[in-house]
Formats: sequence, structure tokens, C-alpha cells
Amino acid sequence: MTVEIPIEKWAAKVREVTLGATAAQGGTRTRTVTVGGEGTLPFLSHEGSLPHSPALALEVRDRKPDDWSPLLYRAWGEAMDDPGDWAKAAEAAGADLIYLVFSSTMADGRPNTGENARSVVRKVLGATGLPLAVIGPGQAELDNELIVPAAEEAKGERVMLGICEDKNYRTIVASAMANDHLVQSKTPMDVNLSKQLVILIHDMGMPLERIIMDPTTGALGYGIEYGYSVMERLRLAALQGDTMTQQPMLVNPGEEAWKVKESKVGEGVPAVWGDWERRALAWESVTATTLLLSGADVLILRHPETLKRIRSVLDGLRAPA
Amino acid sequence: MPLTGLEIYKLLPQTNCKECGYPTCLAFAMKLAAKQAELKACPYVTDESKSKLEAASAPPIRLIELAGADGSIQVGNETVLFRHEKTFYHRPGLFLRLTDTDGVNEVKRKAAEAEGYRADYVGIALGLDGFAVEAKSGDPAAFKAAVEAVQSVSTKPLILLAGTADLAKAGLEAAAGTRPLIHAADRDNWQAMAEAAKAAKAPLAIRSDSLDELAELTSSLAQAGLEDLVLDPGVDTLYKSLFTLTSLRRLALKKSFRSLGYPIITFPGNDTLLAAEQIAKYAGMIVVDTFDPALLYALLVLRQNIYTDPQKPIQVQPGVYEINTPDKTAPVLVTTNFSITYFAVANEVEGSGWPAWLVVTDAEGMSVLTAWAAGKFDAERIAKAVKTHNIGEKVEHQKLIIPGQVAVLSGELEEELPGWQIMVGPREAVDIGSYLKAMWQR
Ligand code: B12
Ligand code: SF4
Repeated sequence: MTVEIPIEKWAAKVREVTLGATAAQGGTRTRTVTVGGEGTLPFLSHEGSLPHSPALALEVRDRKPDDWSPLLYRAWGEAMDDPGDWAKAAEAAGADLIYLVFSSTMADGRPNTGENARSVVRKVLGATGLPLAVIGPGQAELDNELIVPAAEEAKGERVMLGICEDKNYRTIVASAMANDHLVQSKTPMDVNLSKQLVILIHDMGMPLERIIMDPTTGALGYGIEYGYSVMERLRLAALQGDTMTQQPMLVNPGEEAWKVKESKVGEGVPAVWGDWERRALAWESVTATTLLLSGADVLILRHPETLKRIRSVLDGLRAPA
Repeated sequence: MPLTGLEIYKLLPQTNCKECGYPTCLAFAMKLAAKQAELKACPYVTDESKSKLEAASAPPIRLIELAGADGSIQVGNETVLFRHEKTFYHRPGLFLRLTDTDGVNEVKRKAAEAEGYRADYVGIALGLDGFAVEAKSGDPAAFKAAVEAVQSVSTKPLILLAGTADLAKAGLEAAAGTRPLIHAADRDNWQAMAEAAKAAKAPLAIRSDSLDELAELTSSLAQAGLEDLVLDPGVDTLYKSLFTLTSLRRLALKKSFRSLGYPIITFPGNDTLLAAEQIAKYAGMIVVDTFDPALLYALLVLRQNIYTDPQKPIQVQPGVYEINTPDKTAPVLVTTNFSITYFAVANEVEGSGWPAWLVVTDAEGMSVLTAWAAGKFDAERIAKAVKTHNIGEKVEHQKLIIPGQVAVLSGELEEELPGWQIMVGPREAVDIGSYLKAMWQR
């Protein structure tokens, strides 16, 4: 008996988006990262093109965060005291991309400033040759205040600026266009909202080749199934030819997984949760693996060991030659 | 593929004799298609039509049940490729591998340890589904003793990993009275395995790296009268598993390929992330090699999440919940009826030792901010809950603590609940204990 493997024919592809610019392209990055281009469902390379592997980013902060899990402080050690050192350590740990996030306040408690944002971006660009994402703390006014100068400082480097949300995207998009950057378009787990924001950003004149969409996700145990299904639906729509869903997808399993009790704390939790460190790493890496299967093109991670594990997941998902 | 009314009509006698209770064969066919009538109401349908109709109504992926001395698990009978299309129905069974060469005592110790494992996730008890006992020794007596050892401490369903019919029989003898899965028949031993499975009325797994061969074997076994089958396509890498299991699911659902329409068993060994992939992508039973609560808990939660019905978020009953036997001086907290939210708060309050009244509003199963953004957790709804549950009579104070994430509601709520003082709690449940300590006078 010969079993014929069913093949799905897809009408369209995900768009390709390139982050970073080398010297030849007017920047200073030692390499660029291209994501997207899929003409098939995740990793099913027998029925369509998969030109690029998903990219793995590590999150780096402009200063040592106050409320991360002790396990993360242990993993990064002194590197966290300086964003340049931290970015270097992230590059050494094997990241494809640095996801630089500004805190809302400075170490002394004062609000963060555009001046600080500028100098941190300069420092991180100097410390690593990797492409960058430059992300605000997630408060509309402050985001704009920090991202505009940061974007100017990084002119020509093709960094991804964020976060663009429906309530606050104009200033960031304008500054991305003025300085040859990309943007991250983020919406709360809804297919139509994802499309709409891409349309609004595109309507401002931003080329689609410079938009990465973040459909938002939840951690394992805290709503991952919603994000998972929204991503599957977005990817199916993209392959079926719905052009405004064809942006590569970025999600942040690092932030989500390390926020929840299962990863964050080792005390006062049920004994059946098992060893803290193994559980925490399982939490981040299971969340990340699941999201790869639903179509993630860029994953933001926090722990260097998770990055290693997800790298080997990506190797395992490649079809044998 | 279910047949349409018209397709069914073509298989009926078309004499309109009315004995089925319907005026015409077509009317009866329509009722059959809508699953509102049963075929046996027509005395004249031919055997040939009967078997065609039965085949068409069989699920595309066969439902297989394993039973232990107490408790059972059903796998298969899935109807979609993506959970958003409807839902995934039968969570893949998670089994722990135990090996007879470890000796009876060690097998027993490991089984007892895993048998008692029970973790609570949003009010649902999660645990392993059973054990896969492996006849590594090749000795029927040793295998039998190992299966008996497991049964002495566990009532869960078993998988008998037995390479030959003799070993299978020894395991079946020890497992008498239960319904284990026999693993596995292959190209060489399938006839003897089929006999053993048939005699014990147990389902049988079939092992082959080739889908062609798997389909041939299932056809031969079906002809021999064995239909409770499970496929083991021998997938050992993330890619092979995704490719093969996706192909099998599509063959069953989209091509109605009967001879591969069975649940799938996988052996990810110690690779937690391969097991995670197999939970999301189409495994029916998953056998892991090590019992490690830290990894197992993550897999059990993932399985629970992926198999949640997308149309119905897991909810708790709205109402007033008493935590740590509250009295009239205890604080009153308000939250939503999304299970994850409720349990995050309830567990934290309970763990902190504070007696409290927890008012769970009907927010249609949404988290605090989601419900707030959707207009399902507003001042009006919260006030209504406080009034309908007569909170005012349960306590002698008039203070209500709301989640920090909806601090904006406090003004409106004070208007809706005259006389009440609205206190804004912390943003995260973890901080409730210290918040109460600082803000609440007993
Ligand atoms: C999963 C999710 C969904 C799921 C729904 C899941 C569900 N059943 O609720 C879906 C995909 C359906 C969804 C839909 C929407 N969502 Co939504 N969603 C999320 C997401 C990712 C996680 C929410 C979650 O489950 N959290 C976990 C639970 C446990 O948290 P929680 O309920 O807040 O409880 C915690 C605390 O509040 C506290 N707590 C709870 N109760 C109490 C009580 C007291 C007294 C105290 C002290 C503390 C306390 O303890 C808990 C643990 O710390 C968040 C973003 C994020 N990552 O957080 C967005 C988010 C909540 N969603 C948002 C939005 C806008 C929406 C939509 C309106 C989008 C749209 N326009 O369609 C819809 C609304 C739904 C509808 N129209 O029907 C926004 C809300 C923005 C805002 N500030 O208003 C968010 C924040 C995303 C964002 N950044 O934009 N969403
Ligand atoms: S009993 Fe059978 S033959 Fe008679 S009307 Fe009903 S379906 Fe037709």
C-alpha cells in the first residue's frame, strides 16, 4: 500500500522583514537578521518555502530591573549592572537580536529621560554587532519621550522601535520613518485588531517590509491557549492571501513566563511543583516552543539557558537534508 | 465523512412503506443525517447499505479506551486540525515508563511515587494517566512480576511494552481484569500479537517507521477482527514528529483514510520539549522516561491549556467564597470569575492566613483587565454582586477591596454603593498578604 502524504497548497507567503544594517547598508551592525518569508505552516518544509529560521532575541534593560526573578539575577550576574555588558553577554549567549527595553524610572527613582535613552542606545550599539529592538516602558507619553531620541541616535541602523499600540503609534511610526527604522505593532490577542493596526501604520506611509506584528501572548497556564490560537489563525489567513496578516510575528514568552509565580518564586509554592530552577526553565522553554509551533518568527527570551534550549529545538525542527 | 440526507436516501429501499414512522424514505434519511433517528427503525435496509452507513458514521480517528483496575482514559476521536476550528476533545494520556530489569522493588517504588502525584491547577487535579511497563529483560516471569508490582500500588491504566506475544501474554495475565494497551505488533510478529490482543480484548499498538507499512498492518489486523488499534510511527525528532503526526491527522480528517484513522503513541524519552510539541501537535498517548514533578507539571498544564474549549473559558461559579472561615470583621475582596484569576487570588489569600470574603462577579469568565476592557467588570456589575449576595449583612464594616488593575473604578463604585469605602488593592495577587497586613485593622 502506498500512502500519499496530503499536501496543502498555499496561495501566499509571509512578508520578509530585515532587521539591522551593516556598514555597506549605512549602519554599523556586523550582521542582519531576516525573518518571515514562510510559504507554509510552521516547519512543514515539505509543502512550501521556509527561507529563514525564527530569530531568538534576549531582553536587555537600560538598567538592572528591580523585580525580576532571583534566578535571572543569578544567570546574568554583574552583566546586568551595565546595558553594554549585558548586551555583550547576550550576544555571547547566542542571541540573534538584542531586545533593549527602557525602564520607566532611573535607578534613583526619577522618571527616565530621553537623554538617558540616547546614551544607552549608543552604548549598546557600541557593545554588540547584533541588530537591535528599542522598546519603551509601555506608557504612551513616556514611550514617545524616550523612543524619539533613541531613534535619532540609532539612525540608519534599522532597529525595530516599539511598542506601537492602537492608542499610541503615530509618534513612534513617524520617528521610525524619519530614521530608517522598523516598528513593532502590538495588539491584544485578536486577529482583526492585528490587521487593523498594521493597516493604520501602513497608511501613515510605513512600508509593510518594515512592520513586525506582535499579537500578544500569555504564559503557559496563564492564557497561552488564546495567543496560540490567534497566531494559528493569523498564519492561516496570511497563507490564504489576506495581505494585512502577512507580517512576521513576534511574541514575548520571556516576559510572560517570568512574571508568573511558577517561574518567579521558589518559596511558598506547592511541593508538587518540583525543583524551582528546572520548573522555571521548563516554563519559559515550553511557552516558547509552543509559540514556535503556532507561527512565531521572533521570540523574546530572558534566560540564557532557555535560549540554548530553544536553539536546539529549532535545530530539531529542521527537516533532514 | 458524515453523509448528507440525499446520500443516505440512495442507500435506503426507497419504497416509502412508512414502517419507520416517517412518511417517506427521504424524510427518514433527513432525520438520520440530523442524527434524530436510528437506522434500525427501518426493517428493510440491506446489509450492504447498513455497513456503508455505519462506516460513514464512524469517527475519522477511532476512540480507544484503556482501563485500569479503577479509572480509564479515552484517546482519539478528534475532529479538527486546529483547536480554534472547534476544540480538541481527548487529552493525550501521559504515561511513565517503568522497566522490569529495575527489579520488583524499584518498579514498585517508582510507580508508587508517581501514582500519588497530584497537582492542582485552577481547581483541576492533574496527574499522570498510567504506566508503560517495559519487558526489557525478555523474561516473561520477570515481566509478569513487574506488572504485578505496578498493580499492587496503582489502579491506573497500563501499557505493556512487550516485544513478543509470549511477553505480552505474561503481562496480560498479570493485568487481568483491566484493559491495557499492548505495544507493539510489527511486520514480523503481528499475527501472534493479534491473537494475544484478541484473547484479552485489549487494544494493540502497531509499530513501523513507514506509513505504508502501518496502513498495511492495520488493514490486515482489521480483517482479522481487531479494530482497537494505536499507531506508533517511531518519531524521534521534533521535525519527524511534527511532519508525521500532522500528515496522519490530515489523512484521517481530510482524506477519510480509514486504515490510518487511529490515535498515535509517542516516546519522547526525557525530551520535555518534544513531549510539549506532541501535546500541541496530535499525539494520543505520550510515554515519558523520568518522573520529575518540575517538568511533568509544565506538561500537564500545557495539555490542560491546549485542550480547553476555545468557546468556553474555564470559569468558576460567581458568588461569595469564604476563605479561612471569615467573620464579620474580615475583609471583603472582589474579583472576576475567570478560573485563573479566581485561583490566583483565592490561593494567595488562603496562603496568607487571612480570613476573607471573596466576591466573585460574573465577568463572563474573563480576567480583570480583559473584562474591564470588554465592559464586563464595571462599577455597576460589582455593585450588583455586592447587593445580590447581601455582603452588607455578612460584615459589620463597609469596606470593599478592588483589584489594583482597576483602580479607576473606585470613584464610580462609591457612587453605586453609597456608604461603602472602596479600597484599591495591589496589582498582583502575590502582594495581597502584605497589603492586608499594612492596610487592614482586625
Ligand atoms: C488572555 C487575554 C485575553 C483573552 C481572554 C482571557 C480571559 N478569559 O479573560 C482574550 C483573547 C479573549 C482577550 C480579549 C480581549 N482583551 Co485581553 N488580554 C489577555 C492577556 C494576554 C492576559 C490576561 C490574563 O489572563 N491574565 C491573567 C489573570 C490571572 O490576571 P488578572 O485577572 O488580572 O488577575 C491578576 C491581578 O489582577 C490580581 N487580582 C485579580 N483579582 C484581584 C482582586 C483583588 C482584590 C486584588 C487585590 C488583586 C486581584 O491577581 C491576579 C494575579 O496577579 C492580557 C495581557 C497580559 N499579558 O496581561 C490582555 C489584556 C487584558 N486584554 C486587553 C484587551 C483590550 C482585550 C480586548 C478588549 C481586545 C478587543 N478589543 O477585543 C478583548 C476583550 C474581550 C471581549 N471583547 O470579549 C488589554 C486591556 C487593556 C486595558 N488596560 O484596558 C490587555 C491588558 C492587553 C493589552 N496590553 O492591551 N484578552
Ligand atoms: S421503513 Fe425503510 S423502507 Fe419503509 S419508509 Fe422507512 S426508510 Fe423507507
